Amino acid sequence: MTTASESQSRPGDQGINVAKVTANDVNVYYGDKHALKGVNLAIQANEVTALIGPSGCGKSTFLRCINRMNDLIEGARVTGTITLDRQNIYDRDLDVVQLRARVGMVFQKPNPFPKSIYDNVAYGPRLHGLAHSAADLEEVVITSLERAGLYAEVKDRLDEPGTGLSGGQQQRLCIARAIAVSPEVILMDEPCSALDPIATAKVEELIDELRENFTIVIVTHSMQQAARVSQRTAFFHLGELIEVGNTEQIFTNPQHKLTQGYITGRFG
Amino acid sequence: MTEAVEQLRASVIAGKVGARLQRRYAAEKRFRVYGVAAIAIALSFLAVLLVSIIAQGYSAFVQTEVRLTLDLDPAVIDPDGKRDHATLSSADYATVIRNALLARFPDADDRVGRRELSHMMSQGAELEVRKLVLADPSVIGSRREMWLPVAAPVDQLIKGNMERAPDKGGQFKERELARIDALKADGSLQTRFNRWLFTEGDSRQPELAGLWGAVVGSFYSLLVTLALSFPLGVATAVYLEEFASRSRWTDVIEVNINNLAAVPSIVFGLLGLEIFLNLFELPRSSPLVGGLVLTLVSLPTIIIAARVALKAVPPWIREAALGLGASRLQMVAHHVLPLAMPGILTGTIIGMARAVGESAPLLMIGMVAFIVDVPATPMDPATALPVQVYLWAASPERAFIERTSAAIIVLLCFLAVMNATAIYLRKRFERRW
Repeated sequence: MTTASESQSRPGDQGINVAKVTANDVNVYYGDKHALKGVNLAIQANEVTALIGPSGCGKSTFLRCINRMNDLIEGARVTGTITLDRQNIYDRDLDVVQLRARVGMVFQKPNPFPKSIYDNVAYGPRLHGLAHSAADLEEVVITSLERAGLYAEVKDRLDEPGTGLSGGQQQRLCIARAIAVSPEVILMDEPCSALDPIATAKVEELIDELRENFTIVIVTHSMQQAARVSQRTAFFHLGELIEVGNTEQIFTNPQHKLTQGYITGRFG
Repeated sequence: MTEAVEQLRASVIAGKVGARLQRRYAAEKRFRVYGVAAIAIALSFLAVLLVSIIAQGYSAFVQTEVRLTLDLDPAVIDPDGKRDHATLSSADYATVIRNALLARFPDADDRVGRRELSHMMSQGAELEVRKLVLADPSVIGSRREMWLPVAAPVDQLIKGNMERAPDKGGQFKERELARIDALKADGSLQTRFNRWLFTEGDSRQPELAGLWGAVVGSFYSLLVTLALSFPLGVATAVYLEEFASRSRWTDVIEVNINNLAAVPSIVFGLLGLEIFLNLFELPRSSPLVGGLVLTLVSLPTIIIAARVALKAVPPWIREAALGLGASRLQMVAHHVLPLAMPGILTGTIIGMARAVGESAPLLMIGMVAFIVDVPATPMDPATALPVQVYLWAASPERAFIERTSAAIIVLLCFLAVMNATAIYLRKRFERRW
């Protein structure tokens, strides 16, 4: 704990700009299980923040707090505050539906709807009434697919089911679907764990491009991936945030013994 | 030395493994044989059932009719020349028919002979002639050839369901048999498609008894059942599965729904009698009440099937929708329900199939009455197919035996069509992911 807060308060690390997402003393309980213990973490805008750590360390739990997907799990309880642009997302007045439009999510397993490619991407904009005409909607869909680097591959078969694509294409379709609602933050929960190395490389490249317009938080089991795509890395262990810092610093000069042990592969 | 020991050990192990393997294969083979035998036995029972029903029932789909040349004599039908509906409705068509038979068999023109001739014909024959005359009174005065139904005993004799010889249980005297044979010989006595079976309601005369009343009654009942149990069942399942948080209450509800599915259906009949008839005073014997009671019977089945179908929709579909900012209702309406629909429809049709075959609860609410008229609305008294089977099976006439089987065949066809629809819907809308 102490290390985490120390590393956060280090000058130069956080910079002068205000964090996009800030977690303050966040605790998560699944029934009696204390899954996340007093996490303080600031996520900067237009950066990729990687959450790493061994299985069951709470990094996915933390990720799912940011768009309140934990609300769906029966018996889950969250304390503390998480702010998005200084607004507490666990506020009573906050609309969860609106929050999830601002904080998009890409899941571990590619999960396109069993509908056409077009309808997959168009679903979010339709839901939130973002497009005012059919032409508008088509533009949103095409732009989203382009930004997800998928348009060239699927432009002739937008009517075909999204489930018919390959795994990597499906994941990029899910990314296109997420960015179609123009979120501010995109959460990615091990987005490449079900993909082969080539598809992984494409998605990583995409993440790097998306950083320009979105704030990205990614959970990953691959330390190489964290090193490749992220600017900041947070290391979780047994529900605690052990260390957070610039990715380069975490991987070359970790401050904490546990971090060092995990990165060098001594456990995990 | 050690090498030899190793070899010995290896061979022992191989032998043991081999023996075990043999036993494993034998066990597997035995299991397969048991399975095939079980299926074969089940199929043979099914075959015996179907063959016996069809063998008994197929003859009910035809009815023996006699060709007569009727003299539509105005002096008999309308001696006063009024030609109005009342006169023509109550005219003496029996005499018209008997005169036609007398013309064919002049030797029977005595008191006994005339009665014998009258007994040959069904009452339906008069109704047929009346129908003809009422439809077009201008036929009076003309001669006309018509196929008219004979009485059930003659029909049964022709179909071979009754012995000819009087001492072996036959109903006919020698000369009656001679007349029947004479008609048959010149092709005036034929078995033709039994149109009464599919157009008429019940009747005390087996040759005029039809299933149409029961079919319409069943149809109306099912319509009411479907209109109530499908939306109620699906809404219940969606609420329990997608909205309700697990608590002691939902557990209690779940256990009770599962229990209701196993409650004997006659209990629902008693409930319907008390609530719908005695308390709400809805019309007795009506398909409306029948449908309400059958709704109670089929609801648990539909709820359980719909919940299973909803559970089968993978959770990541829900996550994907909610993650994009869909509300719970939107998630259900846009994604979960459409994906679960094939399963829900299949479950619904199975529930409806259970309802259509149900007779016990209908007995309790008076749908077992003898009802001749085909119901025009769900509020009219009616009966249902399985109840009709029950009613005919209890009738003593020989001709009702084959009609009972025929009614069972029709009921089975009903069920087969419903199940085929279920399979088609499942195949048609099934999604693979």
